[in-house]
Amino acid sequence: MGSSIATLIAQRIALGVVLLLAVSVLIFVGTQILPGDVAQSILGNQATPEALANLRKELGLNDPAVVRYFAWLGGVLTGDLGTALTTRQDIATTLMPRLWNTLFLAFWAAVVSVPLAIILGLLAVRYRNGPIDKAISGFALASTSLPEFFVGYLLIFFVAVKLQWFPSISTVYDGMPLLDKLRAIVLPTTVLVLVVLAHMMRMTRAAILNVMQSAYIETAELKGLSAFDIIRKHAFPNAIAPIVNVVMLNLAFLVVGVVVVEVIFVYPGLGQYLVDHVAKRDVPVVQAVGLIFAAVYISLNIIADITAILANPRLRHPK
Amino acid sequence: MSEELKYLSHRVAVGKLSRRDFLGRAAALGVTASFANTLLGGAAKAAGPQKGGIIKAGMQGGEATNSLDPASFLSQVPFTFGKSWGEYLVALTPDGGLENRIAEEVGASDDAKVWTFKIRDGIEFHNGKSVTADDVLATLERHSNEDSKSGALGIMKGIESMKVDGNDVVVTLKEANADLPYLMADYHLIIQPNGGKDKPDAGISAGPYKVTVNEPGVRHGGERFANYWQGDKMGFADQIEIIVINDATARTAAMQGGQVHLINRVEPKIVDLVKRVPGVTIQNVSGRGHYVFIMHCNTAPFDNNDLRMALKYAMNREEMVEKILRGYGSVGNDFPINAAYPLFSDDVEQRPYDPDKAAFHFKKSGHDGPVLLRTSDVAFPGAVDAAQLYQQSCAKAGITIDVKREPGDGYWSEVWNKQPFCESYWGGRPTQDQMYSTAYISTADWNDTRFLRPEFDKLIMEARAQLDETKRKAMYRDAAVMVRDEGGLILPMFNDFIDASTDKIDGWEPHPAAELMDGYALAKCWLTA
Repeated sequence: MGSSIATLIAQRIALGVVLLLAVSVLIFVGTQILPGDVAQSILGNQATPEALANLRKELGLNDPAVVRYFAWLGGVLTGDLGTALTTRQDIATTLMPRLWNTLFLAFWAAVVSVPLAIILGLLAVRYRNGPIDKAISGFALASTSLPEFFVGYLLIFFVAVKLQWFPSISTVYDGMPLLDKLRAIVLPTTVLVLVVLAHMMRMTRAAILNVMQSAYIETAELKGLSAFDIIRKHAFPNAIAPIVNVVMLNLAFLVVGVVVVEVIFVYPGLGQYLVDHVAKRDVPVVQAVGLIFAAVYISLNIIADITAILANPRLRHPK
Repeated sequence: MSEELKYLSHRVAVGKLSRRDFLGRAAALGVTASFANTLLGGAAKAAGPQKGGIIKAGMQGGEATNSLDPASFLSQVPFTFGKSWGEYLVALTPDGGLENRIAEEVGASDDAKVWTFKIRDGIEFHNGKSVTADDVLATLERHSNEDSKSGALGIMKGIESMKVDGNDVVVTLKEANADLPYLMADYHLIIQPNGGKDKPDAGISAGPYKVTVNEPGVRHGGERFANYWQGDKMGFADQIEIIVINDATARTAAMQGGQVHLINRVEPKIVDLVKRVPGVTIQNVSGRGHYVFIMHCNTAPFDNNDLRMALKYAMNREEMVEKILRGYGSVGNDFPINAAYPLFSDDVEQRPYDPDKAAFHFKKSGHDGPVLLRTSDVAFPGAVDAAQLYQQSCAKAGITIDVKREPGDGYWSEVWNKQPFCESYWGGRPTQDQMYSTAYISTADWNDTRFLRPEFDKLIMEARAQLDETKRKAMYRDAAVMVRDEGGLILPMFNDFIDASTDKIDGWEPHPAAELMDGYALAKCWLTA
């Protein structure tokens, strides 16, 4: 049986790699059809035709797209993301600190939101349709329905400007003490938690409620187990697959979808970095970041798949 | 002013009395708060600059793609940071004149073709080397090189040859130009060791601050350069920091929360709200920047001067200043020059909003059907609203304007200087010659109104070589009238630069050349105790 699981996992990972390759083609094509050209965007509206011609030549923009794609892919596979067109710096060295910042913020948002969502989901099931369930669902849905920039501005106005508890600017940098960093990211983390909480909480609640309809839960009840024991021992393990799925989707969002929060709180993450480079048509950087985002997304989904397979015997033995 | 007030304000300046107590006592003496604050400012200035602390600015206009190479400067953050770490040959003064910096003396031959810059002794680069004439020459050479892609390339094109003669840098021009020293004040021309040829983005020059932190699009920092040659004039704070805050609301909040002392680009929409925040002062100054509606004079239907006149008369300028700029600006007169420029003639008749005349010219032009105007959020703040206001003021003259909103991304490469009628902005230039040469002579790359008039070109060339200021002023008046009455430019308004500072900042001096005191706010202001 062990080998069949290994095969399944290997299959999933291979599928992920193929998907990533397909995404790399899409990213490349996508960046080619952006309006305007790199040289014009680097030099802005103050560009002279001579400067433009020089820059185009230097950037190799006159080569055909296929040649540029394989040159790029070859570089990526050997760990060379290339050089930023705008700053002439190695992309990997400027991108890594940003990636770490993004992961740092996502990590803390996840550390707070995932257990909180699951606990709230369990509580909601335990006291379903009662005032506690209604209050939890109402709060979570309200916070998700508000756009994140609005929640961000509200927090800035009340917590940063009026009460002055936490800074409104979340700039972090190398060598900043960990406690200062944590203090700096309190507000953006709070916004992110509020944004992702409801989705995970509601899914936990729905998945467990679904399982609770099963006959074996009734049996457990008849055995005289307490409500929490039933949820913890019998319902939760069987509801894990959908919960993990939605948790992974939200984790992926925390990494790839937080540009608005980064802008509002001036957090030096990958999102703002990507937007700046898109605006300047710095194609190698856009491609690199796009690929990283795709890799994060795909690998989190693979983890969700594998967890689901491991948690569910039926998936382990496909017919 | 009562002696008691004077005494009290002095006590605040030396730190013996709190600001709040002062205001309280001043009120007791029957003085309004704003006057009391002015008094206090004067007293602090009299007490002189104070050293120490970290001045922090929250600024719009920084991207992850910025570099320390001055040739690449384009947006506000590199510009302002550059003024903090860089040193220039000459600099613009708030009254429109020039101040010598690395150049100790500037001299010209009688025909304004050969210019000599004497290099000041005893100025040191951050790397410990002395600034020499060779460094200056190498800097100018690097920016003149086509491969440098320097933003100053356009202004270096007029140079025929350059050489070092002892302590002098001698620049020979292809054609006479009485404004050459002004061109040398261009913000790209930071003097670097060996002209930055070895490492353009090393961030080393001879300015008041040394670069310590450079995280493009995030923050930039500097510490005071101990051997700065003019330490009594600039570089009062121990450290400076620029935090890139591109979001306007976040920028204002950072100032209210006390995380930054200075911010740029306060939106006219919220100026009155920011004004009411305790401890925050709005610093606005009328400059040379202007918002424009530009028509291509060589493209139908705008190749008809009657249609152009109709569209000019249909512009309600007062309404634009009042609603788009909230009063923080002044009306334009369809030529790109205002009183902020030297040699400005203020007697050119102001063009009014006149729907009748607009209708008359529109009929005479024979054009029929709507006119397509392209706009975008990025054209200037409030550009889309301005297009709608214009649509309405045109409607009163019987002219139908179709407004097409273009995406901001790609606006400068696909719409501006390509489409025949769109909105845009200009930041202005230090001299009239530069403004006209950049955008109104036939050969200009950015002639965004396609104004192709040989007699206009000739007039500008003549004015450039004219050293007699009275004659020159008259020539520029003729040029202005020509653009105003025949050009493709509708210039409804000149916008103010609107910055804000907290009450911890002193030493602010309005400067019309650019925002944040022409970028010198961090270097020239100081923190009060």
